[in-house]
Parts: sequence; C-alpha cells; structure tokens
Amino acid sequence: MSEMNGVTTSRQRWKYLDRVLSRPGPFTDEDWVPGEEVISFLESAKVLVIGAGGLGCEILKNLALSGFKDIHVIDMDTIDVSNLNRQFLFRQSDVGKPKAEVAARFVERRVKGVKITPYCGRIQDKDEDYYMQFNMIICGLDSIEARRWINAMLVGMVDMENPESMKPLIDGGTEGFKGQARVILPTMTSCFECQLDMHAPRAAVPLCTLATIPRQPQHCIEWAHIIAWEEERKGDILDNDDPEHITWLYQKALARAKEFNISGVTYSLTQGVVKNIIPAIASTNAIIAASCCNEAFKIATNTNPYLGVPETANYMMYSGDDSIYTYTFEHQRKEDCPVCGNLAKDLEINARWTLQEFIDSLAERAEAQLKKPTLRTEKSSLYYQSPPALEEATRPNLRKKLFDLVSDGEEIAVSDPAFQIDFKFRLLFRDK
Amino acid sequence: MADSTPPPLHGPSSKEKKYDRQLRLWAASGQQALEDSHVLLVNSAGPGVVGVETLKNLVLPGIGHFTIVDPATVSEDDLGVNFFLDEESLGQSRAKRCYELLEELNPDVEGHYIAESIENLLEKPDFLSPYTLILLVAPIPARLIDIICRTAHQTGTPVFYIHSVGFYAHFSLLLPSAFPIVDTHPDPASTTDLRLLEPWPELSALVEEKARNLDNLSDYEHGHVPYVLLLLYYLERWKKEHNGQVPQNYKQKSEFRELVRKGARTNNPEGGEENFDEAIGAVLKSLHPSKLSSAAMEVFEAEECQNITKDSQTFWVIAAAIRKFYLDHKATPLPGAVPDMKAQSADYIKLQNVYKTRARADFHEVLQTVRTIEKNLGRTTSVDEKEVEAFCKGAAFVKLIRGRPFHIAGSKAGINWGHRAKFAYQALQDPSSLLPMYLGLLAVDTYHAESVDKPLDESSLLSYTSSLVDNLEREAAAAGSSTQDVDLTEAKTQVSQVVQELIRHDGAELHNISALAGGMIAQEVIKVITRQYIPIDNTCLFDGIGSRSSVLRL
Repeated sequence: MSEMNGVTTSRQRWKYLDRVLSRPGPFTDEDWVPGEEVISFLESAKVLVIGAGGLGCEILKNLALSGFKDIHVIDMDTIDVSNLNRQFLFRQSDVGKPKAEVAARFVERRVKGVKITPYCGRIQDKDEDYYMQFNMIICGLDSIEARRWINAMLVGMVDMENPESMKPLIDGGTEGFKGQARVILPTMTSCFECQLDMHAPRAAVPLCTLATIPRQPQHCIEWAHIIAWEEERKGDILDNDDPEHITWLYQKALARAKEFNISGVTYSLTQGVVKNIIPAIASTNAIIAASCCNEAFKIATNTNPYLGVPETANYMMYSGDDSIYTYTFEHQRKEDCPVCGNLAKDLEINARWTLQEFIDSLAERAEAQLKKPTLRTEKSSLYYQSPPALEEATRPNLRKKLFDLVSDGEEIAVSDPAFQIDFKFRLLFRDK
Repeated sequence: MADSTPPPLHGPSSKEKKYDRQLRLWAASGQQALEDSHVLLVNSAGPGVVGVETLKNLVLPGIGHFTIVDPATVSEDDLGVNFFLDEESLGQSRAKRCYELLEELNPDVEGHYIAESIENLLEKPDFLSPYTLILLVAPIPARLIDIICRTAHQTGTPVFYIHSVGFYAHFSLLLPSAFPIVDTHPDPASTTDLRLLEPWPELSALVEEKARNLDNLSDYEHGHVPYVLLLLYYLERWKKEHNGQVPQNYKQKSEFRELVRKGARTNNPEGGEENFDEAIGAVLKSLHPSKLSSAAMEVFEAEECQNITKDSQTFWVIAAAIRKFYLDHKATPLPGAVPDMKAQSADYIKLQNVYKTRARADFHEVLQTVRTIEKNLGRTTSVDEKEVEAFCKGAAFVKLIRGRPFHIAGSKAGINWGHRAKFAYQALQDPSSLLPMYLGLLAVDTYHAESVDKPLDESSLLSYTSSLVDNLEREAAAAGSSTQDVDLTEAKTQVSQVVQELIRHDGAELHNISALAGGMIAQEVIKVITRQYIPIDNTCLFDGIGSRSSVLRL
C-alpha cells in the first residue's frame, strides 16, 4: 500500500478504508486532496456519542471501524435484561452496570488503537466548554427532551466569528421497523426543534374517561397508574422497574377491566403502557446507526457528498414494515423556530379555555411539547411554576379564561425547566 | 389481540423479559418461527463483513441456528472492517472466529461453521437441505449461485444474494413462486372496517335503542352516543330523503357531514360535542362500500386458490373458503375491531359485542366451508381453527408475493430481462433511479466470473455495462418499448460514474455500509421467516452517497 499517496504499510489493517481515503471518486470535490491529510484529520477528530443503548452500541462499533480514534460517550443508564436483544456490547453478567463504561471498554478491547472516554451521567451535567471540544456530535437517544436540549445547546454555541463553533449534530431514532437519520448544521440547516412536529406525542386519554367511562384495556391500566396508585399507595414512589409495582398495577387494572367487561389487560400491556415502551430491534438500530456514522465519516473525510449541505437533503426516513421505503429530503428551516429562528410561532387557541387548559394543551401539541411551562406576556406574569411565592401569586390566573388574560395576536414567552431557552408564541384566537 | 387474560400472578418469563421489545412486533408465533430456523451464510471471496453483520442482527433476536461457510483465514486487513474478529483471530479460520464471537451474543442461539469453500461442499447433493434460508455474498462464482438457486427453488428455501462494495449495497431475494402472508401488520388506522353502509339487524337495533330519541337525551347522554351509532342514525334519515340511497359522491358526503354537524349541541360549556366531532371526521373515511385491496384480489384470483387439491397448502384452503364467502356476500368476513370513541363504557362494550358477534358468525361460516373442502377432497389433516380466525381478521390485507429468480451475471452474454425489460428500460431513463448501480454491480459479477483476484479494470467494466445497456434496450424494443427518441446519455454517464466509484473501492467493504445493509437484510430475513410484515419483491439497492434506497421488481 505504500504507493498510495504516502500511506505506509503500518496501515495494513485499514487496507479497505484507505482505498476510499486515498483515491478520488466521481462525486468527490475537485479540490479534495486524498491521502495523509484526510487520514490524519480522521484520526484526530474528536467525536461525542450521546447514548450507549441500542443505537449507541452500534454507533461506537461503526465509528471505531471507520477510522475514528478519539471517541467520547455519555449515557446515564445502567444495563437492563430487556436491552440484551439488541445492545450487543452487553452480556447477562453486565446487567446493572453503567452502559457507557461497559460499551467503551468492549469496543476498546475489540478494536485496537481506538480510545473511548465514557461519561456516566446526564448531558445536562456538561456545559458549553465541554461540548466545544468536539468536532461533531452523534445522538442515539429515544428521549425527545434530551435531543431538544442538546440541539438548543449546539445552536446556542454558534459564534458567527468562529466557524469551529458550529458542531454538526447527527441524530438517529428508531421505532419498530422504522427510523430516521438526519444531519443538522446548527444555524445553517433546519434544527431538531424545527422538526419537532415529526415527533407528535401520543394523545393523552382525558382524566374523566379514565375515572368514569373506561372502554379500552389501556384506560384501565392508566387508571391504575394515575388514579388508583395515588389513592391507595400515596407516599410510595412508583418505580416502573419494580416488578411488585407493575404487578400491583396489573391486578388493579385487571379488576377494573372485569368490572366494566373490558378484555385485553395483560401484564405485558400493563408494562407497555406504564413505561411507554417503544418496540426496538437490532436490525433497525443497525440501519439507522450506520446511516448516521456513514454521514459522520463523509463529513470528517469529504470522501463523498454528505447529508446536511444547506439547500440539499438533510433527512432520511426509513420504513421497513411494507417492503423497504426510504424518503431522503431537505427539511426546511422554520423562521418561527423557537431555537434557531427569529419569529414567534403562531399558536391557534380557543379563547374560552382557562389558562390551566391552555397549559395542559402545551404538553400535547406537537409543535410545543412543554410539560412545566412558566408563561408571561410583555406586561404581566401569567403563571410561574416557581419560586413558591410567585407560583402562589399567579395561581388564581389558572382558572381565568384566556380572553381575560391576553388579547388576540398577543405574544407570550414560555420557559420550561427542561430547556435553556424561551419559547415565543403568538396566540391567535380560533373563534372570534 | 388475545382475549384470554393470564392468571393474576403470572409475571413474564426470563425469555419474555429478554425479548420484550421485539415480541411487541412479532409476538410469540413470530419468535417461535425464528427459533425454529437455521440460516446459512455463504462467504466465498471478499471481506465478507455484510453477512456477518446480518447474522449479528439475527443472533440477537434469537434465531435457532446459524452456519457460516467461509474458506478464508483471518488476515490483518480483516481486523479493520470486521467487528467479530480480534487480534488473537489472526491466522485462524475466519468462519470459526466469526462463529465464536457471534455465538457469545446470545446463549440461546446455536452456531456452526465450515471452514471450506462452498464449491467443495456443494458436491454433497443434500448439503443445503438443513437450512431454512440462505445468504449468498458476492463475489461468488456464477455457476455456484446457479446451483444453489436451482436447489433452493425446488425446496422453497429463500435465498438472498448480496453485494456490499464501497458506498453501494444491493440484495436480491429469491422467494418460493407463491409466498403468501396473512399477518401483514397494516396500519391500524387504515384497517378500520365498520360496514356503515351495510348494517345488519343487531347493529340497526342498537341504533334504534341508543339514538332514536336523540333530541330527548340529556346533554350528558347526547354527548356520549358512540359516533358509529350517530352516523348510522343520520344515514337512515338521509336515506329517507334520498330515495333510500346513501351519499354517493364527495358533494353528497359533504352535505351529509353538514347534516351531522347540525345535530351537535353547541349551547354547552365546551361549545360542541366530541362524539359529533368524531362522527364528522369519519364521514369521508368510513362511508364507502367494503372493497378488496388489489393485493387481496390477487390472492383470490390466483390459480392455487381456484383449484384446491388434496395437497394444497393450508393457506390456499382457507383462501378458497374466504373467496367463497366473498362471492356469496360481496364482502370479506368482518374483522370485528372497533376503534376507541367517546362513549359510556357499557354502550361501547355493547357496540363492540355487536361487531364481535358478527365477526364470530362470519368466521364460523368460513370454518364450515374449510371443513367441507377438507371432507370433499379427503384431506387427512384439518386446518387449525386459529389459523382460519387470523385469516378472517386480516382477509382484506393478505398479500401474495410471486418469487422469481434473480439475475445471475455469469458470462459476457449478459442477462435475460424477460417480461421486466420494459420496466427496467423505463427505470434506466429516470435520472433518480438506482438502476445504474445495479448494472455496475452486474458488470463486476461478470468480471469476477473470469477472475476474482485481479483488480477491477475500468475498460472491461465499461464494456460489460454498455453491453448490458444495449442488451436491455434490445429486449425492451422487442417487448414493444419505443427506443427511437430515447436519449440514454445521462443514464450512461451515471453508469460510468458507478463504475468509477466501484473501481475506487475495488471490492472493499466499508463497515458502515455493510452494517447498514446487514440491518436491512436482517429485517427482510425476519419478515420472511416469521411470515409477518411484507418483504421486498425482489431487488433492493442502497446508495450511501445520496443516502437513498430503491426497491425494484426485476
């Protein structure tokens, strides 16, 4: 291999990879210089992987075998037995240990020369200085909230004077046979928040249905989960992973289902509803993680065009239920994106709602998804979650109708403890 | 969904715990099928990573057995691309080491390896017989692909033929000539079948009971009449004013929707009623006669369905019985599921029971026909009732795939496009099609038919691709495509770009692309083995440069 642009025989191990790193192709940029410089950038690039679960295990393996040498990984979870059907870096004997640590050690052992630095904790523990050290970030998370957090952090970090401050964010997600991989260049392309409505939350069942007119097995389980537990085991903190707790909920739900002649309550369904379980398999994770790493590799090496170049495709949707279908497209930036846009987002509301009803709706609306919002207009405080004194002072507003609090077209600012930023909404009355 | 509730203290078994996230997709029946399977991976020349990555995604969910055939010994360059090899593997059999490092992923799976070339193994006539499914990875001599496909086609064993080169991946799937699927898992929102235009007496009686006195109901009751009953009630009113006709077209349906909308009470604190909103929302979706999907039609029109014999597969026996039901009633058996809707518990359960009872009756009628067929033909085993029930529930969404041989590009003579020539020629003219990649890979196969060891050579590949294009054009013309004013310049440029990219990699696999293809192939293997969801028909291409894929029937 020594004839290839000065790449020496010590890279025998990377024989296959070096072909693409050392030779131009029909789609590479004219100015691209293959060879040593590309290889040395790849080897020195610092990549952060967020999540060491189903996607994360795959991502770590793929990056290590793509020639990256300096990889960091964050995960706050420990290994559970239900992870073993897909998180292939873990064994039965690892159950209970921290995922980031076990995954990092395994890949380091298997692929010689790669350094993987684990951090067992929350992404929110880390600050701007920490995230600034990386060349790119790859996200393999199922939590929408965590993905919104890191997205807002990376958009906020961009300093127009310093190109290095723009960190590509490559994000993957799966559910069953479906998934998506996307590349976000903060401030240059559509961001995670612009795309939030692609992840509409499941509509919550109204409390009155649970309390008085259940019809589905899920209603009986939610009743046990939200109402019966609170009434009968007040003080016990519900632990979704405690089999005794799940069994208790299951039996409560079963009894209620019997009372109303509803069939279909099972232990498995109880677990699914209470823990909001999303089906997950190794093969889908393999597809999405590899697609993310393929983009990361192309971004780091320029060996071929990548997703995310402004004005070109930045999103690949995958669906494997019925044959195989992918849709690769450009998701457009939104001017009213609360994270990367400048304008307030329009929100149609029913002015006859109480403030409390409006707050409840914010949790469910696909474009907001805010669970603990604090709201204010330019002139006044509508509702504060904290501190306690302000909460108490603003609480009476919760029962007031919106038309008594705001005017049609008025802008409000909403903050939420889960995010660092303010969301701006312009309220439009639906029925005038 | 099973109605039987387990005894209260029955917690999940350790297997149910480990496989929880996948049992939610393919249930115990799918899992059993996986555990009964034995997948054969044939690596011949080349790095062979894509097959190993596929196996990883099958060992994790717990296939029963796998076997790796690979004559290679592990060399230094394997370690840069294959995750299931390590330092101590150097110099050992690659089949053996991959088998060992894959098997440790799941103690429930039994692996095997054969460190020999497939060529030698095929000399044993029944070598392939233990395997449920075969993965063939290029490069592999065309002659051997041909032998394997012929044998597999006789036994109905599915075969995947796989390429992973640089940023490109391809796989073709050979299925038995009739591959029917009952459990296609259609989107629940699209499967709701309420038969609002053909109510039966019990359903009409419930409308009478719950909705006749609509105006005299209290606000609470009025706001809780299930929307299905509301629609049926207003349909009766509509029919009286329209000579017994239901709304026929979009305009009439819109008028009907207005009629329903006017029935809602708005003088309440909410300013409307949720059940009426649901009814209004369902008008356009639900007011149509039950119609068979074209996929289901294909099943009932299949020759196998019309000529049942003593030896017909159970699928066809049930299909024939349902076909009779369809001809007798102009509708498939009622599935019986009712979506959730605003209603009081007892009313909803009552409505649900009306649908369930009718579905039971339809199922029994079909079962009766099945038993008659069995008796008349003197079949010795009887079809499981549960199978008939599952078929009745999914009858409108069953799917039949006609497996057909994939192309084997062994010699310079090219390939035979058969009745797909026109389609492929069309695809070639579409600049977004991935067909050029397919032609490039076929050219590589032709090249390898002569020598697997020589580096790829651009002029040979270009001459093979151009004869593939000419050949396709000739066949398409013979089949009636107009080729006169067709400009293939862009297609030819694309083909030559593919060739350049293939030469750049010269048979190298990129780990990411092999991992990605390994995920896609594993999904397809699972669909084929469990006979759930719908596998590809029959060729899939993935381009890692543009991050896009395409499935073509070739």
